[in-house]
Amino acid sequence: MKPAGVFVAIALALALQTSLARFVVGGTAALDLVLVVLVYVALTTGPVTGMLAGSVAGIVQDALSSGTLGIGGLAKAIVGFAAGVIGQQFIVTAAFPRFVMFVAATIVHAALFMGLYVLLGLREFPSPWAAILSQAVGNAVVGIIAFTLVEALPGAIERRRFSKRAKR
Amino acid sequence: MAIVDIRQRTGYLFLAVIVGHVILISTQVNTKRGVPLLEAVVFGLFAEVQRASNSVAGDVRQWWQDYFALQQVRSENTELKQEVAQLRVRLQQERGQAQQSQTLQRLLSLKTSTMLSTTAASVIAGGASPEFRTITIDKGTGDGLRPDMAVIAPAGVVGRIIIPSARASKVQLLIDRNAAAGALIERTRAQGVVVGTGADRLRMDYVPSSADVKAGDTVVTSGIDGIYPKGFVVGQIESVQRGAGEYSAIIIRPAVDFSALESVLVVLSLPAAAAEAAGATSANQDRE
Repeated sequence: MKPAGVFVAIALALALQTSLARFVVGGTAALDLVLVVLVYVALTTGPVTGMLAGSVAGIVQDALSSGTLGIGGLAKAIVGFAAGVIGQQFIVTAAFPRFVMFVAATIVHAALFMGLYVLLGLREFPSPWAAILSQAVGNAVVGIIAFTLVEALPGAIERRRFSKRAKR
Repeated sequence: MAIVDIRQRTGYLFLAVIVGHVILISTQVNTKRGVPLLEAVVFGLFAEVQRASNSVAGDVRQWWQDYFALQQVRSENTELKQEVAQLRVRLQQERGQAQQSQTLQRLLSLKTSTMLSTTAASVIAGGASPEFRTITIDKGTGDGLRPDMAVIAPAGVVGRIIIPSARASKVQLLIDRNAAAGALIERTRAQGVVVGTGADRLRMDYVPSSADVKAGDTVVTSGIDGIYPKGFVVGQIESVQRGAGEYSAIIIRPAVDFSALESVLVVLSLPAAAAEAAGATSANQDRE
């Protein structure tokens, strides 16, 4: 994946996130589409791109939320780096390992993000586990669907082209 | 080549990024001088992107509503006509009561509350991070908006402006974990503080266990916080738990459906309570 592709994917995830958030703002099972894209980028490109993408995406998310700049960036940079390292060390191509990867990434991200806020005394998160777990499952489901679509798309286009040529 | 070298030294790069973030966080935590410049600039720029994406989404939705979602319009129209008729009757009753109230106020030499100056705004985006409950509206400093101005909807209180840019503003919703508002229970006038939980419910703190509170009571703003005007509906009490402690644990269902917000009103004038407080302060100073 090229840097421009990473940038576009994150920008699209942010735009979609802010558009959808209006309609699920009252719910607890909100998705973090930026995190989903970040894990995908990290798994497919490695730890350095994952870390840098996470850092930029997190800072932009911090700026767009009412949060402290850098906390989301730090959490996402660490998650992007870790996901990239795991993607290089292990084969994460089947659906179940990917599901576990997305769930783990969401939980680690939430622990870092909320932990830093609590540690700095900036914000409190009383009993956040239900929201984190529902977000983890939601992110994992969306992530697996996104992975499947992105991987299936080039093959489908190629098959379509081939069948058209064969008809001619 | 330099980029290749950096990429090979992943550990150093990781360390540099972490240190960079820690420095960035430290600068903000140590100084509390309002909105950081970077945050304001990024918000201002992305608000334009949000405005564009909202416009596209709005067009698509409008197209769908105009051509495909008209099946229930007839029955909805009938229901609305009945509702309008009922509301007209109620309006007549309210008008009579208002006239009676005004007469009583004049008799008691009470000050009549001034009408709030408001401006309408459309919601163009939600929050970028699920941990924060914010929305973006399409009016900013160019329209006279300032930080801490109250944002309301016909159903009740929505939140307050936290970051205004030239053409858009970020609004912290009342359900955000960091949001709070002075409130009172309409029936008994028991006062407390309504705080956000980060979920779709609110909590009312500091209401004494001895206070007369029950499920179904309406909670309105008290105006003592100097942000929200007095008397606006916050929500209805869903549950009350009286423990051994000094205060009751009260959960409120917000009056506003935050997931269906499309347009809001921003209160441009000072709340009456704040103006009164300012008046009282100046009066006290005069006495001294």
